[in-house]
Amino acid sequence: MESFHFLWVSLTQAVSLLLRLDPPLISIIDVSLRVAFTALLIGSAIAIPIAVLLTSKNFPGRQFLRMLINVGMGLPSVIAGVVVLLLLTARGPFGAFNLLWTPTAMVISQTVLITPLITGVMISSLLGVDQRVKDAAVSLGANRAQRALVILREAHYGMLTALMAGFGRAIAEVGSVIMVGGNIAWADGISHTRTLTTAMILEVRRGNFEQALALGIILLTLVLVVNWIAIWLQRRAGR
Amino acid sequence: MITVEDLYFGYQADRPILAGINFSVARGDLFALMGPSGSGKTTILRLFNLFITPWHGRILLDKVDLQRLTGKERLGMQRRMAMVFEAPALFNTSVAANIAYGLKVRHEKRATINNAVQEMLALIGLQKIARKSSSLLSRGEAQRVAIARAMIVRPEILFLDEPTANLDPHNVSRIEELIRTVNEQFGTTIVMTTHNMGQARRLATTVGFLYDGQLVEWGDTKTIFTAAVDERTTAFISGDLVC
Repeated sequence: MESFHFLWVSLTQAVSLLLRLDPPLISIIDVSLRVAFTALLIGSAIAIPIAVLLTSKNFPGRQFLRMLINVGMGLPSVIAGVVVLLLLTARGPFGAFNLLWTPTAMVISQTVLITPLITGVMISSLLGVDQRVKDAAVSLGANRAQRALVILREAHYGMLTALMAGFGRAIAEVGSVIMVGGNIAWADGISHTRTLTTAMILEVRRGNFEQALALGIILLTLVLVVNWIAIWLQRRAGR
Repeated sequence: MITVEDLYFGYQADRPILAGINFSVARGDLFALMGPSGSGKTTILRLFNLFITPWHGRILLDKVDLQRLTGKERLGMQRRMAMVFEAPALFNTSVAANIAYGLKVRHEKRATINNAVQEMLALIGLQKIARKSSSLLSRGEAQRVAIARAMIVRPEILFLDEPTANLDPHNVSRIEELIRTVNEQFGTTIVMTTHNMGQARRLATTVGFLYDGQLVEWGDTKTIFTAAVDERTTAFISGDLVC
């Protein structure tokens, strides 16, 4: 049992950090959530119309686009990180915007990573809607937009699952955000681009394994709370 | 009201499912399209509903060719009809929300919708389960809700695709009574498909017999059931035509 002592230490540290409302920790949580939710918002705004288009219209190149999305679902974060880094670096095409080492850069890299994932899951849930239900909407006088709304509503469980998967990948992301964000905290410890995952990497490098695990426990708790809220929303929507 | 002229259709280029169909349905009629499974009955209803386009021929509704309609005209025509499918195909929401759908997409006022939903719930005898989720309904209840959902928009023509398939005798009787009420009280023209001859005989004012993509015979119910001319119709009615 002695060998599992570190778990107890980490757990008490996590609780202690949260109860103390430790300002650096709160700022890290704040950056993590803001970056993940912003990426989720942008990613969903891109994914929903693409998913609807790819499941409702037949056009040349549709299969190729579906294939690209499937490939994107497994995109290694390091590739996304390098590409965004090259685009935002001072000599890159968007260097003039000075976005590198900012939360905005992290949002961009997370959006690149989660958009194909959200789109792919949404496509499969939209394709799962019974054709007879779509026909029923048309037979009851629905126009194209109203039919699309019926399909979205019928697929709402899958759509929310897509959002949860996207959020999960964004909040757990480490490779690309460290590349384009730089894991920066100001002198007083307040986070600029430090997230829970990048802070964990830092603590591991420092040899503070219990502290790293404590941050991990906080991260898991956050994911749990967000998922709980999403499930509650699913149930409400299903009524 | 509905005229079908020389209609051809198939899902594969060289395999027509319907070949040279001609018939007409008068306003207020209850027309039953009989025939064995796979004879093309549902395909005709899908053509009426503009889900699919015929290879050749015309479907006229009040002398308007359905295939010539575009955009808003097409939607306007679709809103004069409603269809109930063999499987109820209810939306994953409450009974009341399902029934209200047709009026919601027509942007009717909330009070109008609520009153109409109550009227439809009374018609199908399901007032007590208005808030129940459609996924929890029995097959018979679901089919009654599907009919109410179609009837709330007061369609001029109601298409019913095998409305009592896979139902127990008690529910068959309830649905048949509902169909009769809709036809007689609301004056709705009904085109229904069935492979149940007894049902066609009980409900329909006119019947047609579809066999192997061809409308073998059609006319008023009494004539077809007592003095059919084509031997395939006679064989089907007498139960000798094994399908």
